[in-house]
Amino acid sequence: MAGIVQFENVGLRYGTGAETLSDLSFSLAQGGFYFLTGPSGAGKTSLLKMLYLAQRPSRGSIRLFGEDVVQLRRTRLPGFRRRIGMVFQDFRLIPHLSAFDNIALPLRIAGVDERDLVTPVREMLAWVGLADRASARPPTLSGGEQQRVAIARAVIGRPEMLVADEPTGNVDPEMAARLLHLFDALNTLGTTIIVATHDIHLLSRVASANVMRLDRGQLQDPTGALRYPPRPDFGQEARP
Amino acid sequence: MMMFGASKADRRLLPEGRLAGPMPWVIAIMMFLTALAAAGGLAMESAAARLGADLGRQVTVQIVLADPAKRDQEADAARQLLARQQGVTEVRRIGNDEMQALLRPWLGDAGLERDLPLPAMIDVSLSRAGRDRLGAITNALRTAAPHARLDDHASWLAPLVSLIRALGLLAGGIVALMVGATAAAVVLAARTALNTHRQTIDVMHLMGATDVQIARLFQRRIALDALFGGVLGLVGAVGVILLLGERMREIGSELVGSIALPWTAWIVLLALPLLAGVLALTVARITVQRALGRTL
Ligand SMILES: Nc1ncnc2c1ncn2[C@@H]1O[C@H](COP(=O)(O)OP(=O)(O)O)[C@@H](O)[C@H]1O
Ligand SMILES: [Mg+2]
Repeated sequence: MAGIVQFENVGLRYGTGAETLSDLSFSLAQGGFYFLTGPSGAGKTSLLKMLYLAQRPSRGSIRLFGEDVVQLRRTRLPGFRRRIGMVFQDFRLIPHLSAFDNIALPLRIAGVDERDLVTPVREMLAWVGLADRASARPPTLSGGEQQRVAIARAVIGRPEMLVADEPTGNVDPEMAARLLHLFDALNTLGTTIIVATHDIHLLSRVASANVMRLDRGQLQDPTGALRYPPRPDFGQEARP
Repeated sequence: MMMFGASKADRRLLPEGRLAGPMPWVIAIMMFLTALAAAGGLAMESAAARLGADLGRQVTVQIVLADPAKRDQEADAARQLLARQQGVTEVRRIGNDEMQALLRPWLGDAGLERDLPLPAMIDVSLSRAGRDRLGAITNALRTAAPHARLDDHASWLAPLVSLIRALGLLAGGIVALMVGATAAAVVLAARTALNTHRQTIDVMHLMGATDVQIARLFQRRIALDALFGGVLGLVGAVGVILLLGERMREIGSELVGSIALPWTAWIVLLALPLLAGVLALTVARITVQRALGRTL
C-alpha cells in the first residue's frame, strides 16, 4: 500500500535550543489507524503540526499524498489542507459562531452550497450527540461538548487523513469510546487516522491500530512494533 | 453590492456588524475636510477659468482733456478708429449719465453739479485675435487721439487669476494628502481587525482557506465602514458649502459671485465617498494579503 505520509530524517527545532524532534523517519500507510503516544512534552503536538502543515520542519523531508510539502509554494497549501481533518488539542472553535456554523466551516471554505451543507451538518451534530445544541456558541458548551464539536468539524469534510491531538482528553470514558468508534467507522471508509494521546487505555480500544511512541523527541519503533496489544505480524505493514 | 464581494456564506465566518474602532469616524472627519478642500479647489479652478477667458478681452480707453469739445472730438475719433480695427468686437462710449451715476456715491450730487471735468471713457471688447494685436491697436489709437490712454484689464486681473490658480493647486495638494491619510487609517484598521480575529484566521487557514477568501471577509467590512464614514463626512461638508454659498450670494459682489460650484464639481463631490470605499477596499485587501503572506 502506498505511504500517505513519509518522513525522512525530519528534525524540528524551535528557536535556538535543542531539537524538539530529531531524526524522524517513518511511513504511514494509506487507510491505516495510528496512535501516537508518549509523555506530555514529548513532541506529539509538534509532530502533528508538521503533519497538518502548520509547521515546517527545520530539516529533513516530508511527503504528503505523494508530494514533497516542505518546499511547497504557499498558494498550494490550501489544497493540501482541505484533504486533512484536524482536531486541535485546544479545540480552536470559533467563539462567535454557533456549533452548527463551526461544524459547517470546512464545507463553507471548500465552497459547498448552503443548501447542500445543512443535512450533513445536522447528521454530524446528531452523531456526536449534540443535535439539540446546534445554535449554542462554544463558550456556552462544556469542555466535552466543545471537543465533540471540534471532532465533528474535523470529520465533516470526509478528509483523506484525520489528525487528532488528544481528542478524548475532556470527555468521560463512555464518550471517549463512542468517539473512537466514530474514528474507527471513518477509518473503515478509507480515512487514514492519526490520534495523539497520552492515555494508554485508549490504545486497546481499536484492534487494528498501530502504535508509535515518542520519547524525548525520538520516535521508537515507528513501524508498529509497539502495537498494543502486540500482533504477531507487527511491522509488516507501513514499512516503506 | 457585488463589488465588495463576499457571499452570504462568507459573511457568516466573522461576527456580523461593523468593525469596532474609530476608523469610520476618522474617515468621516477626513472626508469632511477633503470635500471642503475639493469644493474650494474646484470653485477656484472654475473661477480662474472664467476670469482667464475674459482676461484681456476687455480694455478701457480714457481720454483726459479739460476742454469738453476737444474731448468729445478725440473720443469720436478714437471710437471710429477702434470700430474699424480688426479683432475689435464691440466699442461703446460710456455716456455722461452713466458716468455720473457711477460717481455719485463718492462725490454726491453737489460734487457732480460743479462742472467736473470727467474723462471720456470707451469700453472695448476684443476677440482673441484682437488681443494679440493690442500693440498695433494702441499705436493706431495714439495717432488718432493723442490724449487717449488705454487701460488693459489683464494687467490687474492676471495676478488675481494666478493667485486663484495657486489656491486651487493648494486645494488639490490637500486632497492628495487626505487620500494618503485615509489609506493609512485603513491600513491601521485592517491590521487591528487582523489582530482581533487572529484565532479565527489561523483556524480558517489550517482548514484550507485561501488568502483571497480571508481578505474578502475583511475588505468588505472595511469598505462598508469607509463608505459610511465617507457619506457622513460628505453630508457635513455639503451643509457647510451650501451655507457658504448663501453668504456669498448675500455679498453680491461680482468677483465673489464668480466663485461658484459648477455642476461637474457636485458630481465629483458625490463620488468622493464611493471613491473612499473603493480605496478602502483595495488598501484593506493589499494589507490583509501581505500580512497573510508572512504566515505559513
Ligand atoms: N511554539 C513553540 N515554541 C517553542 N517551544 C515549543 C513550541 N511548541 C512546543 N514547544 C516545546 O516543544 C516540546 C514538545 O511540545 P509538544 O509538541 O506540545 O509536546 P506534547 O504534545 O507531546 O505534549 C515542549 O518542550 C514544548 O515546550
Ligand atoms: Mg500536545
